Amino acid sequence: MAAADGLAFHEFEEATNLLAETPDAATTSKSDQLTPQGHVVVAVGSGGSYGVEEEVEEEGDKTALLQEEKPQPGFWTFSYYQSFFDVDTSQVLDRIKGSLLPRPGYNFVRHHLRNRPDLYETRHIHLPWEHWARDLDCNLLAGPFWICATLAFVLAVTGNLTLVLAQRRDPSVHYSPQFHKVTVAGITIYCYAWLVPLALWGFLRWRKGVRERMGPYTFLETVCIYGYSLFIFIPTVVLWLIPVPWLQWLFGALALALSAAGLVFTLWPVVREDTRLVAAVLLSAVVVLHALLAMGCKLYFFQPLPPEHVVPPSKATALPPNILLTPTMSRSMATS
Amino acid sequence: AGLSDISISQDIPIEGEITIPVRSRIRESDSSTLNESVRNTIMRDLKAVGKKFMHVLYPRKSNTLLRDWDLWGPLILCVTLALMLQRGSVDGEKDGGPQFAEVFVIVWFGAVTITLNSKLLGGNISFFQSLCVLGYCILPLTVAMLVCRLVLLAEPGPVNFMVRLFVVIVMFVWSIVASTAFLADSQPPNRKALAVYPVFLFYFVISWMILTFTPQ
Repeated sequence: MAAADGLAFHEFEEATNLLAETPDAATTSKSDQLTPQGHVVVAVGSGGSYGVEEEVEEEGDKTALLQEEKPQPGFWTFSYYQSFFDVDTSQVLDRIKGSLLPRPGYNFVRHHLRNRPDLYETRHIHLPWEHWARDLDCNLLAGPFWICATLAFVLAVTGNLTLVLAQRRDPSVHYSPQFHKVTVAGITIYCYAWLVPLALWGFLRWRKGVRERMGPYTFLETVCIYGYSLFIFIPTVVLWLIPVPWLQWLFGALALALSAAGLVFTLWPVVREDTRLVAAVLLSAVVVLHALLAMGCKLYFFQPLPPEHVVPPSKATALPPNILLTPTMSRSMATS
Repeated sequence: AGLSDISISQDIPIEGEITIPVRSRIRESDSSTLNESVRNTIMRDLKAVGKKFMHVLYPRKSNTLLRDWDLWGPLILCVTLALMLQRGSVDGEKDGGPQFAEVFVIVWFGAVTITLNSKLLGGNISFFQSLCVLGYCILPLTVAMLVCRLVLLAEPGPVNFMVRLFVVIVMFVWSIVASTAFLADSQPPNRKALAVYPVFLFYFVISWMILTFTPQ
């Protein structure tokens, strides 16, 4: 009743009073408990204001004050790693959808540390990608790992399928399972998804001294970003089965554009405060590496062959369109 | 006159022997398994493995696979599958099917990774129970491999391929159904898809290896 309401409101006001008294207090949000050391600390105070709106800062501080402290388990315990997998299916699907459609004007990193949706929703107009953007924390390591695994196998399988399709039209092509491509695909994708974020994270930390406003992402967050950006390549690789070369390049360019845009928009707020030269070099390096990966996969797993040559057994083929238009009589799946 | 004379404050010496019947029973059975013939031991383990095979082939909601887990069955299945899938060592072709070691590594490391994944997601199934279930549910795919090898003895052609494709697809679905019958209950409902998808990927890869097998 009235007394209980009075108590509740009183508690709430007390938090804001506390904050008003000590504006320089550094507060941490819940996500800091779950992420490894080196994560960003929200510093409220002179020059260190995290976001432009004051209301966003207030929410973060209230978040910290209203929750209880949890000791972080050490990295040698199993429960430490379990915290990275504390995620629901719907969250992973949301994040995947968010990575498919990056939103240019919207800076989601501003809400990077906020994961108290009830406080947040009352203040802002709800944009569809805020859910994904809001809790871009490391809880989702499961997603990138299985996305990389799926991408590696899909690459190997569809690369083999193009060989099958080529053999149906040109029986001189020798079919073989090409199992070594699975190994190559796996190693490439996993190295890319872990070493490039490592380099990026290291570089951003090195440049951290230049920027006071906002700390860089932690290593696992960078891995998550890269992992989810690779998701768009899975349907693209399946679409690369269509043996029309210009269509393949079109799909590849589209997937690269979406994926690289997602990466750039995620990294832009972190890099923005740096000098223009460093920012431009970093972002273009990220895009170029991504493009190299896409082109490398396309050329290695889906090699087109000139039709006049006798095909050596180690190459996959995709025939040019004019040969496709003539149906062939031979349909044997020769198992020679 | 007897009991009423005893006062509580006195020390009453108590002597005697306590025999716990359970202990002696265990001691008896220990010596019996040690002394029994090798044939009995092997037959007992084989019967346990065979019973679990039946549970996989007719998946019901039962706890047998989980309660008395063992890894003999998965080992037998994995070795059989790897032996049948390996490419011949005679040909010098660089790209062929997987080697024995590659199949072995994929099966066991795949199973370990899926188990770690489901445990990290908070499943309440133990490590070896999960390995046991995943290994036993390879049985339908091993049967598919046997059938494919028999079918490949016939003449090659599209009918040949269609038969193999059909068999592999049916066995793949069977494996998935059998393993999710055991594994899906151990996860909270909002994470079931996250735990089941890796199992799907695992059996898909094995099915792909079986389907693309070409004898040299």
